[in-house]
Amino acid sequence: MALDNKIPQGPIASKWTDYKNHINLINPANKRNIDVIIVGTGLAGGSAAATLAELGYNVKAFCYQDSPRRAHSIAAQGGINAAKNYQGDGDSVYRLFYETVKGGDYRAREANVHRLAEVSVNIIDQCVAQGVPLAREYGGLLDNRSFGGTQVSRTFYAKGQTGQQLLLGAYSAMNRQIGRGKIKMYNRHEMLDVVIVDGKARGIIARNLVTGEIERHSAHAVVIATGGYGNVFFLSTNAMGSNVTAAWKAHKRGAYFANPCYTQIHPTCIPVTGDHQSKLTLMSESLRNDGRIWVPKKLEDAQAIREGKLKPTQIAEADRDYYLERRYPSFGNLVPRDVASRAAKERCDAGFGVNATGEAVYLDFASAIDRYGKEQARIHHLDENDAKLVYDLGKKVVENKYGNLFQMYYKIVDEDPYTTPMMIYPAVHYTMGGVWVDYNLMTTIEGCYCLGEANFSDHGANRLGASALMQGLADGYFVLPYTIGDYLSKDIRTGKISTDTPEFEEAENNVRSMIDHLMNNKGEHSVDYFHKKLGKIMWNKVGMARNAQGLTEAMDEIAALREDFYKNVKVSGKAESFNQELEKALRVADFLELGELFAKDALHREESCGGHFREEHQTEEGEAKRDDENFSYVAAWEYKGNPREAVLHKESLVYENIKMVTRSYK
Amino acid sequence: MAKSALLKSSLGKKYWMALTGLFLCLFLVGHLAGNLQLIFGTDLQFNQYAYFMTSNPAVKILSYLTYFSILFHAVDGIMLTIQNKKARPVGYVKNNAAANSTWQSRNMAVLGTLLLVFIATHMVNFWAKMHFSEMPLQQQTVSQPIPMTNEKIDVVVYNTTTGSFIAQQQVEGGEFEVRNNKEFYIKGSDIKFAEGYKDLYKITVDFFKDPSYGLVFTLFYVFSMAVLAFHLLHGFASAFQSLGANNPKYNGLIKGLGKLFAIIVPLLFAIIPIYIHFIK
Amino acid sequence: MNLTLKIWRQKNAKDKGQMVDYKIGGIEPDMSFLEMLDVLNNELVEKGDDPVAFDHDCREGICGMCSLFINGEAHGPDRGITTCQLHMRKFKDGDTIYIEPFRAKAFPVIKDLVVDRSSFDRIQHAGGFISVNTSGNTQDANNIPIKKHDADRAFDAATCIGCGACVASCKNSSAMLFVSAKVSQFALLPQGRVEATERVLNMVEAMDQEGFGNCTNTGACEVECPKGISLENIARMNREYLAASIK
Repeated sequence: MALDNKIPQGPIASKWTDYKNHINLINPANKRNIDVIIVGTGLAGGSAAATLAELGYNVKAFCYQDSPRRAHSIAAQGGINAAKNYQGDGDSVYRLFYETVKGGDYRAREANVHRLAEVSVNIIDQCVAQGVPLAREYGGLLDNRSFGGTQVSRTFYAKGQTGQQLLLGAYSAMNRQIGRGKIKMYNRHEMLDVVIVDGKARGIIARNLVTGEIERHSAHAVVIATGGYGNVFFLSTNAMGSNVTAAWKAHKRGAYFANPCYTQIHPTCIPVTGDHQSKLTLMSESLRNDGRIWVPKKLEDAQAIREGKLKPTQIAEADRDYYLERRYPSFGNLVPRDVASRAAKERCDAGFGVNATGEAVYLDFASAIDRYGKEQARIHHLDENDAKLVYDLGKKVVENKYGNLFQMYYKIVDEDPYTTPMMIYPAVHYTMGGVWVDYNLMTTIEGCYCLGEANFSDHGANRLGASALMQGLADGYFVLPYTIGDYLSKDIRTGKISTDTPEFEEAENNVRSMIDHLMNNKGEHSVDYFHKKLGKIMWNKVGMARNAQGLTEAMDEIAALREDFYKNVKVSGKAESFNQELEKALRVADFLELGELFAKDALHREESCGGHFREEHQTEEGEAKRDDENFSYVAAWEYKGNPREAVLHKESLVYENIKMVTRSYK
Repeated sequence: MAKSALLKSSLGKKYWMALTGLFLCLFLVGHLAGNLQLIFGTDLQFNQYAYFMTSNPAVKILSYLTYFSILFHAVDGIMLTIQNKKARPVGYVKNNAAANSTWQSRNMAVLGTLLLVFIATHMVNFWAKMHFSEMPLQQQTVSQPIPMTNEKIDVVVYNTTTGSFIAQQQVEGGEFEVRNNKEFYIKGSDIKFAEGYKDLYKITVDFFKDPSYGLVFTLFYVFSMAVLAFHLLHGFASAFQSLGANNPKYNGLIKGLGKLFAIIVPLLFAIIPIYIHFIK
Repeated sequence: MNLTLKIWRQKNAKDKGQMVDYKIGGIEPDMSFLEMLDVLNNELVEKGDDPVAFDHDCREGICGMCSLFINGEAHGPDRGITTCQLHMRKFKDGDTIYIEPFRAKAFPVIKDLVVDRSSFDRIQHAGGFISVNTSGNTQDANNIPIKKHDADRAFDAATCIGCGACVASCKNSSAMLFVSAKVSQFALLPQGRVEATERVLNMVEAMDQEGFGNCTNTGACEVECPKGISLENIARMNREYLAASIK
C-alpha cells in the first residue's frame, strides 16, 4: 500500500485554515449517534475526549490508571512552547515552526509542524481560560522562560510541574463531560486489541484490570493516545505502566509503525545507582538555563572523585571542563537534548565520569546562585561583597525557580544540590517514533487515529524541550476534533456497531489465548527478569550510540529473549482477578517484539540524525552526519508476522519552506 | 441556595460547632468574672451577682442561649463523632497519629464528653439548687444601737434586693414569712414585702469544705478544668479555622490567643475550689 | 539490610484480609521503598506465590498513584514526599515495617494494598472545572492580568496530586483538604470566580455523599500531604461555602 500523507495543497501558512474550511461537518443531532473510543487519557487523549464530548459525540475513554489524572503527561516538568511573542524577542509562528523542524534534524513533516506552531497560541489561551495556573510576573501577565535549542523565551510554565497543571486542565475539561454523561470513563482498563470490521477500526478488546474480565467495546472510530514506548529500555523516565501495547496491537492489525529508532535520551536525569533501580527520574531541562555542566579536566581528579577522595567543590575553576560551553560556544549549556546527551556520554566514556559507576556529570548552580545573589543585593542596595548574604539571596532565587526539583533530587540522592553540584546522566525519556499517521492523524487503519507521543508526526528525529506538551494538546484539542469529523461524516447512517460479530469474537479469542498461555506457562522467571534483560540489550546496543554490528546482535538477542520469555516466564495469581504480574507480562510481550523492530529500523538508517546516532556516520569532531540524499524519508514499517520481516514503506520528506542545512549549535 | 445545607452538610456542622463553641468561650469569661468574687468579693457581693444572673431579663436571654449552645455543641459533636467513626470502618493496625497531630485535637469528643458530665454535676450541685430547691437566704450580722443606750447589739438580718434589711427575728417572730424560697411576705397576706438573696456563697463554700467529700469535689473540679484546658487548647483556634478565618498574617495571633485563653481561664476557675478548700 | 515486613493481604474487596509477616534481606539504603517491595514480589513470584498488589506508576512523586500507610503514616515517616520517593535509608537494619492500605469507607480495598479512590474523581465531576469549551477561541491569555500572589496561591493549591494521603491520615477520613484545594485553585482565579458559588456547593455535596468524614481541624492532612497543601485552603472553602449558602 502506498503511503498517502494527505497533506492539503496550498501555501504552508494557510494550509490548515483552508483545509478546515472545506472539510465535512456533522450536524449536532447526528453527532449524538456516533461513538468514539479513546484509549489513553493523557494530554492528547484527555483533551481529545473532552473536546469530542463537548462537540456532541459519545466518548468512551480508557486508561490503565485508577484515574485519568494520573497519566504520565503529569510528570512533564519544564514547560510548553507557544509562539505568543509576549516577550517581544522576535518569536513568531514561523520561528517556532522553523526551530522545531531544525531541532528535529529535518526528519519531521513540514505541514504538521507548521500546524502545530499555529495552534500553539490557542493552547495557552485555552489553558488560562480553564484555570491552569501558569507562572506570572508581578504585572499579572504570563511569564516565559527559554528552553534548550531555541534562542527566544517562548516557554510557558508552572514551576517544575507544567505537565501536571496542563493535564489537570484537560482532566477538568473531561470531568465536566463525564459529569454530563458525554464521556463514559473506563478507569483501570487496558486495551489489548483493536477490532477491524470491513477494513475499518470499529472497536477494541479491553481487560478490566480489577476483575480480569475481557470486554468488547464498539465505536465508529478508535483513537489511540497511549504515549511512548521508552520502557522498552526497562529503565526510563516513563511511568512504570507506560507501554506500547495499544499502539503495537494496532500495528499488528495493520497500522504502520514509523521511525521506531528515534528515541530521545534526555541529558539531565538522576544517574543510576544500582541493579535494583526500577526507574529513572528526570531533572527538568529548565535547569540548564541556570546550571553549568562540567566534569574534571584531569583524569586523576575524576578518579579521585569516583573513589570518594575528592569533593567536586574542591576542584579549582581552572581544573573544570565546562565541555558544552567549550564545544558549543553559541548555545553553550542550552544545546538540544540529543547533542547534550551525546556530549555527556563522550566525556564519561573517556573516563571523566564523576559517580561510582563512572556515568555522571555535574550540573552546577554555584555561579547562578552567585549571579542572582549579586543581582538581588544590587536591587536591594545591599553589600554585594558579603559572600554569605549573596549566597542566601541567590539561593532564594534559585529555590523559587527550581525548589521542587532540588527537593526531589535531595530526597533521591541524599545530597543538597544547593551546596554540592547535582549529578546527572542521560536517560531514555521520549520516543519520537510511533504509529504512522497522515495529516489527519489517521493511521493506515481506516478509522483508527493516533495522537500525542504515540504517533510519529511532529518531532522528526529529535524533540525540542517543551514541545511534547504542545503537541499532545494540539492534537487533542485542536486537530483531531476537526479531522475526525470529516471521517465520521460518512458514518451518520451507520447506527450502533454490534459487538456480536465474528470480528469481535476473533479478537477476543486472540486476547484470551495469549492470557491463557501466560497464566499456564510453567516458567521460572518473573516478568521483570525478562524486561531487565531486554532493557540491557537495548541500552547497550540500541542506545545513545549505535553501530551495525551491535544492532544485528541486538536483533538476534531480542528474538532469542522473546522465545525464552514465552517458554520460561512465570505469572502467578489468577487471570480473572486483579493481577499486576499479568498486566506486566502482556506489556513486556509487546516490548519484546517492538525492540526487534526498533533495532531493525536503527540498522537500516545508515546515517546519524537527531536522537539516532550511528557511530559509522560522524564527523571527525564526533558530530552527527546526516544523509539527506538517501534518508530524508519517514520509515514506516508494515507488520508481517515477525518484527524482523517487517516491510519498509517510505514517505519522503519534502521541504518547501525551510532549507535543509547541517544543524550547528556551535 | 438549593444545594446549601447549613444544618446537614459537613461544613454546616462545622460552622455550628464553631459558633456555639466561641459563644461558650464568651460565657466562660462572664462566668469566671462572677465566680472570682468567691475569692475577691464578700459573700453579699457574690450572692448579689448570683441574683443578678438569675433575674436580669437580658441575662436570661443569654443564659438560654448558653443552654442551647451547650446542648447543640454536645449533640452536634456526638453526631459528628458517630459520622466520623463510620467513615473508617476498618482501622489501622498501626497508626502513628502523634506524628501529625496533637493529642487534644484527636480527643475532642472524649474531652467534650467529660466536660458534659462535669457540666451536669455542676448544674445539679449549684444551678439546680439555686433554681429549684430550698436554700438559705443571705444573712448578715449588723450591730444595731440599742435605743436610749450607748450599747450596741448584734442583730442577724436578711439582706434584701432593695438594699434594706429584714431582721431574722421578724421572720421567726411571725411578722414575715418566706415564700417561694426567697420572697418575704407579710404574714397571712399577699403583700410581698421584699426579696432576699439566696445564699449561693454558703452553698459553695460548704460544698468544697464538706468534711467528708470536700477534697474529692475539689479534685474533681480541678481535673475538669484541666479537661477544659485541653478542649480549649484545640477548640479555640479551631473555631476560627472552621469559620474560615485563616490568614497567615493573623494565624499566629489567633493561635497565641487561643493558648493563653486555654490556659488562663481554666486555671483561674480551678483556683477557686482550691482556695475555698484549703485557704478559706 | 534485613527487615521484617508486616503487610496487609486481602484477596479482593469481599475478603476479610489480615496482616502477614515477611522476612526480607539484601535491601540497600539507596533503594526506594517500592523497589524494596519489588524485591519481595520477585521472590514471591519465583516461589509461585501471589505477589503483593500495590498501586504505583510514575515513581517520581507526581502521578499520585502510590499510596501505602507505612509504620502508621501515609507515605511513610518522611515529609513532603510520596511513597515512591521514600528511600530505605530512612530505615534501620532489623526494623519491622507495617504496611497497610489507605483506610476509609470511601476508599474500599480492591486487593492487598490497592484501594479504589474513584470517589475523588466523582467529587471532581461535580464541579472540579471551569465551564469553558475547549474551542481555543477564548480571549487572549493575557487579557486578564492576575496578581502574581493570587496566581501563585492558586498554583500551590493546584499541585495536589489526589493521592488521598489527607483522607488516610485524618482520624475522620475527611476529604476536605483535597476538595478545598480544587475549590481554592479556581476561587483564586478570575476565570474560576464566575461559577464559584455553584462549584463549592456541588463539590461539598458530592463529598458528603461519598461518605467521607468531617473536618475537626487536627491538621494531620497538612502534615502528611506530600505536596504541602495548606490548611488555608480548607478555611477558604469554609468561607466560600458559607458565602454561597447565604446567597
